[in-house]
Amino acid sequence: MITIARLTIGEAARRRILWVLIALAIVAVAITGWGVDRLVSAARDSGSSPLTIQLGVSQILIFIAFMFSFVLAMTAAFLGSPAIATDIESGIALALLARPIRRSSYLLGRWLGLALVLAAYGAGSGLLAILVVGWVSGYMPPSIWLPLAYVVGQGLVVLALSLLLSTRLPPIGAGAVAVVAFGLAWMAGSIERVGVAIAAGNPGVDLSIIGQLGRVILPTDGLWRGVIYGLEPGVVIAAASGQPLAEANPFFAASPPSAELVAWSVAWAVLVMGAAAISLRRREL
Amino acid sequence: MTTSPVPVIDVTGLRKRYGRVEALADLTMTVEPGEVFGFLGPNGAGKTTTVKLLLGLARPSGGRGRVLGAPLGDREARRRIGYLPELFRYQPWLRAREVLALHADLMGLPAAGRGRAFDDALELVGLTDRASDSVGGFSKGMQQRLGLGVALVGEPALVVLDEPTSALDPLGRIDVRGILRTARDRGTAVFLNSHLLSEVEQVCDRVAIIDRGRVVAEGPLAAVLGEEETRIRTEGLAPPGLAALQAFEPLRLDGSDLVARELAAERVPELVAALVVLGIRVHGVTSGRESLEQRFLQLVGRDREGAA
Repeated sequence: MITIARLTIGEAARRRILWVLIALAIVAVAITGWGVDRLVSAARDSGSSPLTIQLGVSQILIFIAFMFSFVLAMTAAFLGSPAIATDIESGIALALLARPIRRSSYLLGRWLGLALVLAAYGAGSGLLAILVVGWVSGYMPPSIWLPLAYVVGQGLVVLALSLLLSTRLPPIGAGAVAVVAFGLAWMAGSIERVGVAIAAGNPGVDLSIIGQLGRVILPTDGLWRGVIYGLEPGVVIAAASGQPLAEANPFFAASPPSAELVAWSVAWAVLVMGAAAISLRRREL
Repeated sequence: MTTSPVPVIDVTGLRKRYGRVEALADLTMTVEPGEVFGFLGPNGAGKTTTVKLLLGLARPSGGRGRVLGAPLGDREARRRIGYLPELFRYQPWLRAREVLALHADLMGLPAAGRGRAFDDALELVGLTDRASDSVGGFSKGMQQRLGLGVALVGEPALVVLDEPTSALDPLGRIDVRGILRTARDRGTAVFLNSHLLSEVEQVCDRVAIIDRGRVVAEGPLAAVLGEEETRIRTEGLAPPGLAALQAFEPLRLDGSDLVARELAAERVPELVAALVVLGIRVHGVTSGRESLEQRFLQLVGRDREGAA
């Protein structure tokens, strides 16, 4: 497994995937820093209070995190979906799997290598973005590590799904399904929150089942709520909690993900990787 | 290396179905330690399927088999097997030497002596000068040479080569024959899957011919090729003329060639003289066994006629 993980990381470095990701992160953070700096300067010039500026910056940071979480999920899908399928299609897997290596070890090695690349990219560029925004605006979120952990967690969940699909589908198909599933999970969570606002005036309406079902099938949206919660200032949480319209906002979270959701996310990834191992073991090469 | 009395490959009644397609019907064969075994058959006969079953890359639908004394696909046995797939491809971002190192890691080769083993393997396949070059820049022929090196690294007890010369030029094919002989001299058994009959004829100790998933002939090359025959190129000989040559039976006409089986060498001039007496013009006489190609066509062709 370690040999395959090392091979996978080496592949990412030699094929310039790592360097492209690092370059993209630097460019994205530089543009973000410049944009936030301009906005904060304009707000200060127009006489906005420091509190107003902090609230505005926190919302901008959440928008940036939203875009980044999508980029990270796409990265996970496009790293994971060809990982097994391309090896099988090209014949590389024939030479590798004829060696005394379990197919599950090969799969886990692929996951571990890609997970390390993804986590380093996600945590590194996310941390850099938070620090740069904090430097130019003076706003530091209540937690730095929690939103980073949740956003990386989202990526790892999508990576596990992509690898499962990669054991059976061609790379493009596996990647497309993983990205669409990620988008649908986010939409299910958004519909649930809109449902909360509607239910406030219509007690008979309950759309929470959509969100609950979505989180069971793919827990990424539940983890995304953790990213939002970690980036919000306490004053926003205190003021907006319990307000139906605020609760409907897909960029607001009144509470962090429950321990059950976090546990389910870990169990989900383990189950999906188990399914991937069975799928690969049964696959005729 | 010492040889073991246990066959390196021993399969009985091996079957494989892919949905409604029967890729292997009833394969029974044995490969002994240290021999070069040729596995022949037309396209679609089940050769690559057999290789995949032997290596645990696919599961049999029936029958049983052992490789190096262990059940098919056994992990410990795979530690002592080298394999060059028909669809050979190696990580294009790695250098040739790194590909060997990767496979040495997967095999669990001890670190001591690896450098020497890699040098030997690269020299054997003629890639010493390209050891530090990326595989992505290799031609198909060079990748196939590298694949041979990968299969032979670590001095395995068995190497399974699936069409090992498909991407090589004639010089490369000659090199491969030398490589196979070197492997045999080291005590490695070679399972050579090929449809290039001349290649098999020149290097193999024993062969099996497979058609439609069944072995139609197996044994030492001489036994598979059958008895010697004398072929006389003639002009003017028709089937009724054979009646006058009964003393030399069994005889048959193959086009304008008269073919005599089991004819003692000292009787060949007598047969030629008899033909001349009959007014038949004789253009040439050759004696020898059938070529593997002739035997192959005979076996596979007969099987097809029987099935039709």
